[in-house]
Amino acid sequence: MRKGPVSSGSEPGEQRDANLKIAIVDESAVRAAILEDGLREAGFTQVTRIEETRNLLARIYALDPEVILIGLESPSRDTLEQLFQMSRVVKRPVAMFVDQSDRASIQAAMDAGVSAYIVDGLRKDRVTTILDLCISRFNAFSRLQTELDQAKGALEERKLIDRAKAIMMKAKGLTEEEAYALMRKTAMNQNKKIAEIAQVVITAAELLG
Amino acid sequence: MKNARLRIGYIPLVDAAALLVAADCGFAQAEGFEIELMREVSWSNVRDKLNLGLFDAAHMLSPLVIASSLGLGHVRVPIITPFNLALNGNAITISLQLHAELSARTTGDLTDPGVSARALAQVVADRKARGAEPLAFGMTFPYSNHNYQLRFWMAAGGVDPDEDVRLVVLPPPYMVESLASGHVDGFCVGAPWNLVAVEAGLGHILHLGCEVMAQLSEKVLAMRERWADDNPALCAALIRALLRAADMISAPEHHATVAEVIARHIDVTPDLVARVLAGTILLSPNGPTRHNPRHIVIGGPTATRPDPVQAAWFYAQLVRWGQAPLSEEMRAKAVAAFRFDLFDTALGTSLGTSPAPADRIGAFAGPEFEPENIQDYLNFWNSRRSGPRLSLVR
Repeated sequence: MRKGPVSSGSEPGEQRDANLKIAIVDESAVRAAILEDGLREAGFTQVTRIEETRNLLARIYALDPEVILIGLESPSRDTLEQLFQMSRVVKRPVAMFVDQSDRASIQAAMDAGVSAYIVDGLRKDRVTTILDLCISRFNAFSRLQTELDQAKGALEERKLIDRAKAIMMKAKGLTEEEAYALMRKTAMNQNKKIAEIAQVVITAAELLG
Repeated sequence: MKNARLRIGYIPLVDAAALLVAADCGFAQAEGFEIELMREVSWSNVRDKLNLGLFDAAHMLSPLVIASSLGLGHVRVPIITPFNLALNGNAITISLQLHAELSARTTGDLTDPGVSARALAQVVADRKARGAEPLAFGMTFPYSNHNYQLRFWMAAGGVDPDEDVRLVVLPPPYMVESLASGHVDGFCVGAPWNLVAVEAGLGHILHLGCEVMAQLSEKVLAMRERWADDNPALCAALIRALLRAADMISAPEHHATVAEVIARHIDVTPDLVARVLAGTILLSPNGPTRHNPRHIVIGGPTATRPDPVQAAWFYAQLVRWGQAPLSEEMRAKAVAAFRFDLFDTALGTSLGTSPAPADRIGAFAGPEFEPENIQDYLNFWNSRRSGPRLSLVR
């Protein structure tokens, strides 16, 4: 990953980049916070999260950001598109961050689930760092989300198996190891997961108990 | 194209019906392909994912096809449509309070859009005189019929949509809530959101879209021109599947079945969808219903075959409201995006010579629309515009 704009030193415009006003519009408050942290670590000091999207244009107007980052799950993206047209609603016209020469980065942004808008006249290369950072944080967030879902799923499965073991130990006088071995053998024979067999045991016990 | 699987984007609205039914009721399979429906939350997402090739085709606002083809608002990607998904279907809904204000300003029949627009002009003038906030109206996208229908209606009564009121883009699911909170005083949106507002006791349907323009292409199936060129057989198969689905939807005996399918994809009750399809619309809380079979038209040749006259009309609106300059080159590009030739090829027919009314829009006010003569059409409206006009960016 590229370094942030401040760390690299003394070229003209560096200081201005650190002061770029950035607005984040995201349905996910956690992800927005992660992105904000990332931008601040990279040296951007003026980062604002807009969580409440009612009256979005008025909020944007008041903030007057140079860069707007928005998650693709936000239906308010269409509201932002109005910024292309309404010079009286915003102080400066806004354009979508699109660059025909850089299709790959646009595709990467769409895949990650984010879109960027910049004020007219802002050089696109000044925004590349922000967009790259945004893409990597969005991707990291969705990896975390997947891992969290998997971890939750594993915990649920563990609970099911423990309950089924208890039922079998009581009903058939088995030891814990025997109960588990029997479920595992059944699962293998039926080409199913142990958790599925455990669910069947629990359901059967509820029906018959 | 054996076993091809098409990713097609859509927004949960009743006018996506032909696409939803083609995917779920076997019409796509019968043509040898499958449709993977990709639900989206914004037209911006639909447009960008179609442009980038993440979708093969998409349910799209008809004027947005023209805007994309002209490269307005973002990078130009030639987008075409070989199939019209629906005509009409929108309505203008206003708050109960604004309805009462309009009623107080006229002795005429408010169901006449000319009368209601002039009453609106008076309400707007009164508010301006006493320094009140301008009225705000919600619509769904800058390049949408919702925007153009609202503007056309109010401008016909003497209201300048850019100077006298605020027009705000709102996602359709937020419309009703925005009316309830007073964030907007009215909106123009597609089915089922007008009915939802009325049934929640919050709004009054002032005009069905087809009372403002008798015949307006509302949503089309959009695709990249390049994709259509590269996949002619698949494109033709898609057109046939959509046509058969649209015919099923237009048959009243199938309304109950298709309403179930549609409702499942757009998260409303089948009963609500069935009433929209039948054109039986409750106008106000505990008020009268209006029956208009033209409220939304899906199926049949005029509602499915792309009509270049409609494309020219959309382009005229882009110019009228400062979104595009007027040029013959742009007009030609706009008209060329509505590919009735692909429709005809897919069906092995040509409807090119079918009789059509001279004016294929049927607006409630103004001159007949002549697609070859946009300048005169614009001159008529510009001459009626009162006062100096502030220039808009694009």
